[in-house]
Amino acid sequence: MAKNVLFEVGLEELPARFVDDAEKQLLEKTITWLNETRISFEDVTTFSTPRRLSVLIRGMADVQETIEEEAKGPAEKIAIDENGNWTKAAIGFTKGQGMSVEDIYTKEIKGTRYIFVKKRIEGKKSSELLPGFKEIIESIQFGKNMRWSTETMRYARPIRWLLALYDKEVVPFEIASVSTSNKTYGHRFLGNEVIINDPLEYRAALRNEYVIVDSKEREQMILEQIKDLEEKENLLIPVDEDLLDEVRNLVEFPTVFIGSFEKKFLKLPSEVLITSMKEHQRYFPAMSTNEELLPKFVGVRNGDNKSIENVAKGNEKVLRARLSDAEFFYEEDQKNSIDFYLEKLQRVVFQEKLGTYADKVSRVVTITNHLCKMLDVEEKVAKNAIRAAEISKFDLMTNMVNEFTELQGIIGEKYAILFGENQDVAKTIREHYLPKQANGDLPDSIPGSIVSIADKVDTIVGCISIGLVPTGSQDPYGLRRQATGILRILSDKKWSISLESILNIVKSVYANTDIQLQDNATITKALNEFFQLRTTFLLKEDDIETDIIHSVTAKEIGVFDYTEKKAALLSQKRNEPAFKPIQEALVRVLNLAGKTDEMKINSTLFETESEKILYSTFQEIVPDYEKANKELDADLSLSILSKLAEPIHNFFDNTMVMANDEKIKNNRLALLNTIAASIKEFADLSLIEWKQHQ
Amino acid sequence: MNIQNMILTLQQYWSEQNCILLQAYDVEKGAGTMSPMTLLRSLGPEPWNVAYVEPSRRPDDGRYGENPNRLYQHHQFQVIMKPSPDNIQDLYLDSLKKLGIDPLKHDIRFVEDNWENPTLGAAGLGWEVWLDGMEITQFTYFQQIGGLEANPVAVELTYGIERLASYIQDKENVFELEWNNGVTVHDIFYQPELEHSKYTFEESNTEMLFELFTMYEEEAKTTMEKGLVFPAYDYVLKCSHTFNLLDAKGVISVTERTGYISRIRNLARRIAKAYVAERERLGYPMLKKEEK
Repeated sequence: MAKNVLFEVGLEELPARFVDDAEKQLLEKTITWLNETRISFEDVTTFSTPRRLSVLIRGMADVQETIEEEAKGPAEKIAIDENGNWTKAAIGFTKGQGMSVEDIYTKEIKGTRYIFVKKRIEGKKSSELLPGFKEIIESIQFGKNMRWSTETMRYARPIRWLLALYDKEVVPFEIASVSTSNKTYGHRFLGNEVIINDPLEYRAALRNEYVIVDSKEREQMILEQIKDLEEKENLLIPVDEDLLDEVRNLVEFPTVFIGSFEKKFLKLPSEVLITSMKEHQRYFPAMSTNEELLPKFVGVRNGDNKSIENVAKGNEKVLRARLSDAEFFYEEDQKNSIDFYLEKLQRVVFQEKLGTYADKVSRVVTITNHLCKMLDVEEKVAKNAIRAAEISKFDLMTNMVNEFTELQGIIGEKYAILFGENQDVAKTIREHYLPKQANGDLPDSIPGSIVSIADKVDTIVGCISIGLVPTGSQDPYGLRRQATGILRILSDKKWSISLESILNIVKSVYANTDIQLQDNATITKALNEFFQLRTTFLLKEDDIETDIIHSVTAKEIGVFDYTEKKAALLSQKRNEPAFKPIQEALVRVLNLAGKTDEMKINSTLFETESEKILYSTFQEIVPDYEKANKELDADLSLSILSKLAEPIHNFFDNTMVMANDEKIKNNRLALLNTIAASIKEFADLSLIEWKQHQ
Repeated sequence: MNIQNMILTLQQYWSEQNCILLQAYDVEKGAGTMSPMTLLRSLGPEPWNVAYVEPSRRPDDGRYGENPNRLYQHHQFQVIMKPSPDNIQDLYLDSLKKLGIDPLKHDIRFVEDNWENPTLGAAGLGWEVWLDGMEITQFTYFQQIGGLEANPVAVELTYGIERLASYIQDKENVFELEWNNGVTVHDIFYQPELEHSKYTFEESNTEMLFELFTMYEEEAKTTMEKGLVFPAYDYVLKCSHTFNLLDAKGVISVTERTGYISRIRNLARRIAKAYVAERERLGYPMLKKEEK
């Protein structure tokens, strides 16, 4: 008869961030265990709160599935003696399998007959197997584990009780000196100890003790209460998903309350208010129906609504203290000047070998200046970018950023305006930190994009030049994220400067400092490898395959926007039958090129008509081709190159490249080398695995 | 409840839980954890249950007595229990009830907070305890101290006395808190707050402090080499406080800062090791006592 099974691990409060994942593991591990143990079941449900992880298995079979297993013995000729009797070998085999000679049958495998027995493995009782579930509980992985008391076990938080029921029976086992029982515990303050007599009563029994074991149900409760509040108070409470996920795992029984703070705090930057509420206190900020921030917030209590006004009052007091602090910082910070903060940067180390923040800023200014020239931006834009670079880090020295580190740049923008900088400069300070994540928002303005690149490329080249290359999961300075950011900005702004030209400038900036760098060859190699990996990563995100990536980055990463376009175009062309003859012609040239270094073509040495035509066609297309490349027009570039296809085929059909006359041979190779170099300006097409079907 | 009664209540309660009531340790320090009664005694196999009030000096937090929330010196009520009892959370919550905090009328939560003190090579896992959104206690299971594994694990409860009092007395400004009937924090601590802030940020003799740091460090080393763990540790505490004074004055650059911290940490580590070795040599007297 099928029965229901329940396990619950009672813990001291788990970190909210571990709860969902632990529940997911519990579900997966339970199903795997049941399948591997060959116990049939109807379904498995898991639950979680900050104080418990539990699993309910319904309709579990009371015995393990019985299975038949075929065991192969020796060959028949060894198993039967000349008198037709079973040999010792045969008897030994059957005994070893717990069977007798009567059970033997034979089968032929690859021309030889062997003896076999069919073994029946009786399923064990589920009640005997269930104590093994202990290992499932022990095997749950958490982001960080701890030890407690005298226990050797490591777990996210101390285990305080274990509920383990097989129908009405307690499944006996022990983890970290805690023995299983049929008891569980309700809400810390509102509930009591409960005895569970039937696994199916679990949810309801705990509900009576103010514990909602289903985290999705807690989420629903929060959302419904928020909705009621919105209607009752006529306001909007935008629900941040991450905050909701966290809050539902901080409580066992959620009750929403509303609190307010003094209007005067609304003069603080809204980010300061929101960070104080959301990040520090886990409140949902409230807005008016026309989406203006109100001096109100919504919190979630772990408990019922008894004395809820008292809880709201306490929370208001805490928020008030935080906002008073922020207000104090806001006022204090404004008493000083940008120069005061810049002076302080001279005393803060950015990286031990790379110097102070002031040193970094001065490099970023130089790089910004170079970038402005390379991009040939208007004078006004350049002026803003350089000013922004000069003051890009001043806010790091303010009280406000010291307290709200996550607001670096945002506070910089606000304060810059208060200190009389223009809007563009102020905005650039905020934008130069973008993108904050690999796929986060990009800077919008030109100065913002320039200073963002300058800041990031300074960090990357600096770190790599002193040997701090990211390895595996080790990337303490976030170099990968920053490199991805640079490439994405270059692509987004469609700037026609090559990555290599930027890196060269930054390397020369570093060469002019007294920082101890590795030798130039090592730096160049490490930088190339590092950016090659980042480029591959980004192009792969656009579904570009590896061979195409290699072909377009063979010479250099170049102008990233153009590299992306070429990769997309070639990904399409590789499947087009019409492109086959073109591709074949161009690849043929690439394959023969490089046999000599010769690049000097002497047109008087041409003998055949076909080589003359190839050369003249090539000369004709070169100006247009170079122009198209410069304009980053991949379609046009490739279609111009395509004009060479026919003359190339014609050339190979009618001209012997490897002529007996050395001079003529070398002249022909020089022609091919020259054309090949031009093709490689676009991409090394010989690295592509072509897929056109006839 | 005034602060004096809060302290008496907590002392009474934890002494009933078999904690040894100690007095504050008489060397300046930034936190109750730094008292040798916590830092050293939490190491090794000997049981150790203790409670004490610790005045904690944080020169950098000095605000000339003007800020309603920050103090040059505040008070911590420190409880250490080794090994950590299984019902420690309940014991703690009961202590709040003794202070008149009814959990049914409040929202008490355990919010993840992993504590680390790199200067002492110490780290632990646990929570900040929130009372209606305010952090009132740091609740930590020590995992490492002075670079050594904590085994068995000690649990540390650090109540922020002024924080808790501002809640219990419903006051916005720390200086308005009542210490005992009619006497406020302002009456007792305003002048020292003001003067210590002035001293720390303006008047301290930097040259002398640098010199003292070096002297204290030397003395810690030589004393330790003579196997005198506790005196050596006193000098580490002096190093730490001197460093804090210099740091608050802004005369230590960030590069130097890491250097100073690692010098203190190295000393603390060596002393932690020496303490463990010394207890072992003595045959763990507290362990034997328990067996009897």
